[in-house]
Amino acid sequence: MIPVENVPPAGDGGFWNDTGKTGITAWIFSTDHKRIGLLYFYSVLTFFLIAVVLGVLLRIELMAPGRTIMGPQTYNAVFTVHGVVMVFLFIIPGFQGSFGNLVMPIQIGARDVAFPRLNLFSWWLYIAGAAVIITSLFTGGGPPDTGWTFYVPFSERTGTNVSLAVFGVFIVGFSSIVTGLNFVTTIHRLRAEGMTWGRLPLFVWSLYATAWVQILATPILGITLALIIAERFLGTGLFDPARGGDPLMYQHLFWIYSHPAVYIMILPGMGVISEIIPAFARKPIFGYKMIAFSSLAIAAAGSLVWGHHMFTSGMSDTAILVFSFLTFVVAIPSAIKVFNWVSTLYRGSISLEAPMLFALAFILLFSIGGLTGLILGAAATDIHVHDTQFVVGHFHYVIFGGAVFAFFGAMHYWLPKFYGRRYAEKPAVVAWVLMFVGFNITYFTMMVLGMKGMPRRYYDYLPEFAPLNLVSTIGSWILVSGLILMLVNLFRGLFKGEPIDRNPWGAATLEWTIPTPPPTENFEEEPVVTHGPYDFKGAGIP
Amino acid sequence: MNPLLITTTQAVDPVFKFIFGVSLVLLLGITATTVGFVIRYRRSRAPEPTSQSSGNIWLEIVWIVLPSILVLAMFYYGWSGYLSLRNVPKDALPVTATARMWSWSFTYANGKTSPRLYVPVGKPVVVNLVSKDVLHGFYIPAFRVKRDVVPGMKNFAWFVASKPGSYDLFCSVYCGVGHSAMITTVEAVPAAEFAAWLEKGEGKEEKAAGKALLEKHGCLGCHSLDGTAKVGPTFKGIFGRRVTVLTGGTERTITVDEEYLRRSILDPNADVVKGYQPIMPSFPGLTKDEVTTMVEFIEGVR
Ligand code: HEM
Ligand SMILES: [Cu+2]
Ligand SMILES: [Cu+2]
Repeated sequence: MIPVENVPPAGDGGFWNDTGKTGITAWIFSTDHKRIGLLYFYSVLTFFLIAVVLGVLLRIELMAPGRTIMGPQTYNAVFTVHGVVMVFLFIIPGFQGSFGNLVMPIQIGARDVAFPRLNLFSWWLYIAGAAVIITSLFTGGGPPDTGWTFYVPFSERTGTNVSLAVFGVFIVGFSSIVTGLNFVTTIHRLRAEGMTWGRLPLFVWSLYATAWVQILATPILGITLALIIAERFLGTGLFDPARGGDPLMYQHLFWIYSHPAVYIMILPGMGVISEIIPAFARKPIFGYKMIAFSSLAIAAAGSLVWGHHMFTSGMSDTAILVFSFLTFVVAIPSAIKVFNWVSTLYRGSISLEAPMLFALAFILLFSIGGLTGLILGAAATDIHVHDTQFVVGHFHYVIFGGAVFAFFGAMHYWLPKFYGRRYAEKPAVVAWVLMFVGFNITYFTMMVLGMKGMPRRYYDYLPEFAPLNLVSTIGSWILVSGLILMLVNLFRGLFKGEPIDRNPWGAATLEWTIPTPPPTENFEEEPVVTHGPYDFKGAGIP
Repeated sequence: MNPLLITTTQAVDPVFKFIFGVSLVLLLGITATTVGFVIRYRRSRAPEPTSQSSGNIWLEIVWIVLPSILVLAMFYYGWSGYLSLRNVPKDALPVTATARMWSWSFTYANGKTSPRLYVPVGKPVVVNLVSKDVLHGFYIPAFRVKRDVVPGMKNFAWFVASKPGSYDLFCSVYCGVGHSAMITTVEAVPAAEFAAWLEKGEGKEEKAAGKALLEKHGCLGCHSLDGTAKVGPTFKGIFGRRVTVLTGGTERTITVDEEYLRRSILDPNADVVKGYQPIMPSFPGLTKDEVTTMVEFIEGVR
């Protein structure tokens, strides 16, 4: 048992005591990056849970052919809202907003981000956008039923409340741009003395790459969404062939943002894994430079592959040749990362605590997601599985099995640092097992269904698909029971659990050198960095 | 069937096998190595790390080069398989598929139309894709072919059925409330049988049977005959039923009669049954006789 310094009660000590203001205003008007990080964390977590409930409802509806619990119009609205909330209100803002804010300034030895007020503004924009999206569900023609991709011409014709929902996403986009600008500036300008680019923690590198994607790609989403609104209200005809427009142009514009957005979702997750693995193997990360560089390579090359979402659309064969080729090129840096993580384990001293379990699950699930992505990148095979349950399975492997499992890992790894208390280990492991098993049952089965030809966004299906759909639905129940156990255990621990010391895991990055919970100003005096982020000897960790 | 002809399935399946095969080997390799390391170097067995190595340039070069070669092979293989899906054999039989919310209709060179895609076994078929409204997707899993049906755009797909049988045909691109009901079949029949079917023109009995008409125009995608709730109200027992409808925004209660059924087919959004969306397309192309046949049939659904 590590000796514990004077431990204050949960939600007390350090930045928790910074009270110029009281009650809720101490939070929603705070410019402290840690408070904003927690604001973001609880906001995105709420939306995640809402969308999980919707996902489970989808699975229950698909449990048996025909109507099970809802009609087709409701089903279409539910998968649309599930997708929109998961993508735009949870995972895109999620990592940067919560763990990016909580940890990044401390990891580079700064007192705060470069523009603290802009940081708060970005949260407010996010909340405003979310409020507009929620309003769209209950007003006008009812919740949007277009799918999260808002494809024209359907999105122009449907009577549901698409315009308002799209406007909400538009606002959330600005929040993302603002955070991106803030992070790029912070990482350039506010590194402590001795924190060279070569000593940046890999989580920071991944946030840096992500921030550039946010800055460069999100404006295109804004324009695209604004055009949908123009089409709906003004009938501009940009996407209407009868008036010289082109529905495929919409798809290009949409994916020019939304493919890079996949990297906004996954890169920070890869960064988290690159922190957790060395800490729990007590070994420097293998191939630091290669991992940092591959984040940048993914961000750059990843902006040139959007066309792989359009192989069946009628786009030219030349375009398919080029986009398929580039898609395979982007696969290489991801593969490199996986090999580097695995080799970090070699001759380490591996402790299988909860964050590490999530990191290991990430490696496996992300690999399955990436490898099935090869099927989608190859022109011949994509034709068969495009727009089927195979794609749904594939992207849940990447985004849920990858990004979200990394998010869970980050919750177990970093939240205790900010609360000063930790969760119980055993229930965390049980929850991890349940989620891992449930996840694979749910989504592997969906991929098999897709191989057999079941399309996606199908409210009803032929009897031949019935048995596997039932299996998948049962899997989702196991998954969710694990999720509930995990959250209950985690939050009970954060508020009532065992107190922890500065550095419970024995990690070598800067956030573990300051008191737990961190003080408002993070560092009592400006830190001077003398060793790399994974130099355990240099950090004096046995 | 021309023995040299490669079917679309034969062009695509080897690519699946290759990529899945390589992936499986990689996945097993990664998993086995990870699990092996975790067991061998777990803290209870290895209390101290025995290496602080932070990289090895040769290893890293190996795992840049090796995956690069593998993915380039996959790319090339995938591309060449795709070309087979694009190169339509010269003698292919042309058919036009017309997609609308939410039904398919197939038109042959002689003007015959059918709600199912009849094709001769062993003869390549090229399907030209036309959309009347939004995006749809023409997807036959058994033949591994799929192509979006885009308004204003001339897309096509080809395939050849090498065995007689009935194959599912789905709409793969989301198109609204009836999307999952927008399914039909490919009926692959021996060439002689196909020729006879095609010659029959519209086919007497088909014209006569109201049910066939309903099927042909896709009505049954949204209205059931057995009482199950679909996108639209069921036809079972509809005649004489008292229903609440919205007429231009005001509610009124009516009894379903012949007049009402006729109006509902020709001008579906004039009265919309409460609780349903005003989404049914109208069918102005129907002849008077056809409407009468349909109405008579619907009256009889008990
Ligand atoms: C317990 C958790 C979850 C369950 C049970 C679930 C279930 C589903 C199902 C069944 C569909 C397919 C609907 C269809 O095509 O008919 C779907 C779609 C989708 N899911 Fe999930 N999901 C879960 C978590 C997530 C997470 C964590 C994310 C991302 C962060 C996510 C993102 C999406 C997206 C983007 C779609 C596509 C929506 C569309 O087609 O427009 N889901 N989900
Ligand atoms: Cu993509
Ligand atoms: Cu459809």
